[in-house]
Amino acid sequence: MNLLGTWIAAGLTIAILSFLYRDNPFYKFAENLFVGVSAGYWVIYIWAFDVKPMLVDEFFRQAGAEKWILVIPAIFGVMMIMRWFPGAAWISRWPISFTVGIAAGLALTAQVQGYIIPQIQATLLPLVSFGNSASQTIKQSINNIVIFVGVVCVLLFFYFSREHKGTLKVGSKIGVVFLMIGFGASFGYTVMARISLLIGRLTFLLDVFGIR
Amino acid sequence: MKREIPIVITFLTGVLCVVAFFVPHPPLGGLQQRFLIWYAIVAGFTMILGLDSLVKYNIKKIRQRKQGWQYSYVLLFGLVLILVTGFQSWFEYNTPFELRSSFMYTYIHIIVPLQATMFALLAFFISSAAYRAFRARTFEATLLLIAAAIVMLGRVPIGKMIWDKIPVLSDWLLNIPQLAAKRGIQIGVYLGGVVMSLRIILGIERTYLT
Amino acid sequence: MQLFDKFANIDRRLIYLAVGLVVAIPIVLKIKMPIRISSEVRSAYETIENLPQGSVVLASIDYDATSAPEMTPMFRSFLRQCFRKKLKVIYTGHIAIGLPLAQFDLDMITQECNAVYGEDYINLGYRPGYTAVMIGMGREIRDFFAVDYRGVSVDNFPIMTAVHNYSDIALIVDFAHGQTAEYWIQYVVSRFGPRMFACVTGVMAPSLYPYLQSGQITGIIGGLQGAAEYEILVGQPETAAFGMPAQSMAHILILVFIVFGNIGYFLSRRKR
Repeated sequence: MNLLGTWIAAGLTIAILSFLYRDNPFYKFAENLFVGVSAGYWVIYIWAFDVKPMLVDEFFRQAGAEKWILVIPAIFGVMMIMRWFPGAAWISRWPISFTVGIAAGLALTAQVQGYIIPQIQATLLPLVSFGNSASQTIKQSINNIVIFVGVVCVLLFFYFSREHKGTLKVGSKIGVVFLMIGFGASFGYTVMARISLLIGRLTFLLDVFGIR
Repeated sequence: MKREIPIVITFLTGVLCVVAFFVPHPPLGGLQQRFLIWYAIVAGFTMILGLDSLVKYNIKKIRQRKQGWQYSYVLLFGLVLILVTGFQSWFEYNTPFELRSSFMYTYIHIIVPLQATMFALLAFFISSAAYRAFRARTFEATLLLIAAAIVMLGRVPIGKMIWDKIPVLSDWLLNIPQLAAKRGIQIGVYLGGVVMSLRIILGIERTYLT
Repeated sequence: MQLFDKFANIDRRLIYLAVGLVVAIPIVLKIKMPIRISSEVRSAYETIENLPQGSVVLASIDYDATSAPEMTPMFRSFLRQCFRKKLKVIYTGHIAIGLPLAQFDLDMITQECNAVYGEDYINLGYRPGYTAVMIGMGREIRDFFAVDYRGVSVDNFPIMTAVHNYSDIALIVDFAHGQTAEYWIQYVVSRFGPRMFACVTGVMAPSLYPYLQSGQITGIIGGLQGAAEYEILVGQPETAAFGMPAQSMAHILILVFIVFGNIGYFLSRRKR
């Protein structure tokens, strides 16, 4: 069975890779199979990891008010599925509002406490930072200045409430330099990530065909 | 009332979560925890919403014999296969996630290779795109190209073999100017996120109701 | 000039073939290259090394098959290091379609390291809700994970006896291919204070350097290179370390393509 499964996996891998030559029925077959199994997978997962343990089993495990209060999220869940029926789709707004409200409330505090404040704090670095030696002092100071100037200038670039003239224009241009370095670094890492995925699949295929 | 009640729900739940951040003690902390549990339950139902439109669309495609209708059978076959193996594994092992089960067999030999290979195609496309579109037309584009080249060489062993300062330069680039750029962008993004969260809670932003 | 025009207009299928060959040949020939350890990976490694025996580590599996070649080596090395250090590991995840993939690796490494389920490690499974689950676990893990991934009550397992929330957890390690690492930092690390380092794909790694510099995380293991460095530090170089020569060759090829494309472009512009 394992050998059959390995050959199925290899066949599907080659079917997807055949798209590189051109679109063809094998690729279309594999693509549609992928969409179908992925959709079905979610149904199994949601039952196994959400509805059954957190709703069904919990309902039978709890007693009293704690038991019956679980009816509320169950009703919300059913209301969410009303979206499937055009005449009753408006009912799904209640659970959607519930989830959106919670997400917004959590995000509001998390983004301030988790990003904005610590990151601004980490930007306010000493512009002259003394190290153990003269070269370390120069290196640390230059790094701190570059970080501080970089963050400020990138923020100035995205400040569109005033026309970019004079000092704002100079700051904005320096911001662009930092942005290009940032995007270049991201591109370099993205290339690395994509090639890694290809290495993974080719290693599998070479193992299946006994070439490696 | 079809719009007003949802807006009130959004406001109350949003405000509760913000206030409970500052006052995590009972009863607010307990109420927030209960709402978070309900959120997890309801979020599960959200995940399967797309199933209905997927199935309806493909059945319609088969009925109307639209282009590529034969592949809709493949899609529906895949869906039924996973559901059957999932529930069969459930009855046999009390969980579909037993490594010996038919569900996991389908997962490891169908889902994993399909998913992995779909994304492995990107390696080819990024190479082709880099060749065709990556032009050093301006100073900014040249800077981007140089930064990309330094990181691409610095983050692999061959960079050090070419010149031992390349990895050092790559590390500096990532830890200093790239960091500054990312931080500047993300401060802006999260400031915008805070504003959007406030707009949603206060009922100014209502696009999620449509 | 005609030669450079040809260089500027190579058929894409030849490019695909070149990329495929340049990646496959080093894999077949099993070429080896020395791997330099970066400070962010060493810092992540030492975060675990400095934990006392018996400490509880929470691992969040937030990737799937689309990034398995990068994440699987990191996850395996992490497991080996934790079990070698006799740490207790709790697994959960926010990407449902990736958890079984990690389960196969878990099964393999726990057999290799003789780790016992329920004593040395436990798999809590998946719950939808992302940030709601992350924050809810800060109060009581059992509110979301009353049972493990097989449906058995967590109170039946010794590993969970003294673990109720993040104050009982020494370290969080997130294996992420998307933004979940940032969610863990913003929603959990900042609010509840546990230590954390992130194992991420190459695409996400640049976004995490600000968090490293601000001290919100203690290390980053990023991309296949990061995975290779981590394998070397743990002492068991495998798929990541052996994939780096192919990675190197592919990068050189892409840079050559970029150079050729630019030479062809500038020369054809000059001709006009």
